[in-house]
Amino acid sequence: MRPYQPEPVVEDGGLRADLAIISQWIKADTKVLDLGCGDGTLLAYLRESRNVLGYGLEINAFNIEDCVDKNINVIQADLNDGLKAWFADNSFDSVIMTQTLQATEQPDLLIEEMLRVGGEGIVTFPNMAHWSARLQLALKGLMPVTKNLPNQWFNTPNVHLCTLNDFEVLCKKHGIQILQRTVVDHRHKQGGWLINLFPNLLGEIAIYRFCRNQL
Amino acid sequence: MPDTIADDSVGIVETQIIHFSKSLTLECGKTLAEYAIAYETYGKLNADVSNAILICHALSGDQHVAGYHSMDDKKPGWWDSAIGPGKVIDTNHFFVVCINNLGGCKGSSGPNTINPETGKYWGPDFPIVTVKDWILCQYRFMKSLGIDYWCAVIGGSLGGMQVLQWTIDYPDLIKHAIVIAAAPKLSAQNIAFNEVARQSIMSDPDFCEGHYLEKNTVPRRGLMLARMLGHITYLSDDAMRDKFGRELREGKLNFGFDVDFQVESYLRYQGRSFVDRFDANTYLLMTKTLDYFDPAGDYDDNLALALKKTSAQFLVISFTSDWRFSPERSREIVKALLQAEKRVSYIEIEANQGHDAFLIPIPHYMNVLASHMKHITEKTVAEVLL
Repeated sequence: MRPYQPEPVVEDGGLRADLAIISQWIKADTKVLDLGCGDGTLLAYLRESRNVLGYGLEINAFNIEDCVDKNINVIQADLNDGLKAWFADNSFDSVIMTQTLQATEQPDLLIEEMLRVGGEGIVTFPNMAHWSARLQLALKGLMPVTKNLPNQWFNTPNVHLCTLNDFEVLCKKHGIQILQRTVVDHRHKQGGWLINLFPNLLGEIAIYRFCRNQL
Repeated sequence: MPDTIADDSVGIVETQIIHFSKSLTLECGKTLAEYAIAYETYGKLNADVSNAILICHALSGDQHVAGYHSMDDKKPGWWDSAIGPGKVIDTNHFFVVCINNLGGCKGSSGPNTINPETGKYWGPDFPIVTVKDWILCQYRFMKSLGIDYWCAVIGGSLGGMQVLQWTIDYPDLIKHAIVIAAAPKLSAQNIAFNEVARQSIMSDPDFCEGHYLEKNTVPRRGLMLARMLGHITYLSDDAMRDKFGRELREGKLNFGFDVDFQVESYLRYQGRSFVDRFDANTYLLMTKTLDYFDPAGDYDDNLALALKKTSAQFLVISFTSDWRFSPERSREIVKALLQAEKRVSYIEIEANQGHDAFLIPIPHYMNVLASHMKHITEKTVAEVLL
């Protein structure tokens, strides 16, 4: 079965807005790993626009067909098995994981793995502290169901949802330095000053770039 | 037997033979003064010689990959499902070549051909050939057709191992490498199965120390046993259960040692029909070729180092229920390719047919293969336009 993919909001450049943000953070001619690379859209874009040598890990058979169709280097693998079976230390400049962290079995170990095989990590995840999620839980007493989190509690693949604050606490604990942070709304668009003032309340999707603490 | 030839079949095809008079020194140290290679081709070689694809056959395969030799053939070539006009490996676009490997029994020099020095069958005296020898031989063959490089080399099982060896021995002469259901070398268990197969052949009284052809006989029982054993390793437990279960051939137990269960009948049939089409000495030889395969051996047992120079783009495919060359073995290849920073995709096809799955046109498998082939087509077309 094809996995659920949120309705893509395509920017003028033809790339989903959050992917466009990420791609700006990737330097030209670097080596990039995309964990849970989906249909390979981001890697194809990075190859065309930045001459990036990209590899993707993906578990879904249909997504893999799409990646092969785009001539993406794709490895069929389960992220929950870790990256040890595939990659040596410091094999990549950047390791990206979009909208996948919350569906993995051990996000903390996977983040560690990202920084083992790569110099920098980039993750995006849905923010559980977004006001709409807070309202549903607070007023209705129900687990939030939003555009970004369309599943019910019993059938959601997202077993490790977190908030911006949660993620930053984890980074601190693991000696990870956050290099850049931005949030976008459900259409994956970057907002104005208000969303940047209260990102944990107004941001629906968090995007982080991080590395091993240099100190 | 086909009543009519389907539109997407390469149709009636013919095996051709090239004789090489230049000697070939083998890895074992022996030299063949001359040798013959049997082969088939499908499709047309284009003007700039950029569309040639080599298919490498497995242990019991041969050069007859697609089409029929005559309208009386019961079955087409062994990978007819993938090769033909409009098929995944499209003969409207590609010139597809397959050769019977040296030591084979389908027209190339091998134990069942005459040793020109003695005028007798080679029999057990045909030298042991390795995958490296085959690749050298395939390289010479390629040159003899006026081809300078393969736009793709494709093979499953022992065929996949040849693909791997191609990328190592001639790193610039292969653009795409498709390695299916293979392994970087055999495990002790793999070798053990091969040894039992060899012992069953060699312990047949009709084996006559390998000189059975001169004595006008064939080690039927031994070769049959070897094939029956092989067949068990080609199928998965699930596939056997699905196909036969515990179904009884005559609907009742016979309380004897003859066939009770369908699976026994099937194995005996497979074994018997194999004896009619295959040579026992070739079987011995090919199992040794498999056992000896270890391309990393020349590079400090470092497969990544062995693959360092290759410029090919790789597609590695395995099948979930394959236990002869399991997905784990394909992953070893992929890991080495990743370490060597090669372009590679790796797909694990969900299939319950075991090792045999590589010959079955499973939709996801064929889709992935077709998508990859599309890029090869685009490249060869682009080269023509340049």
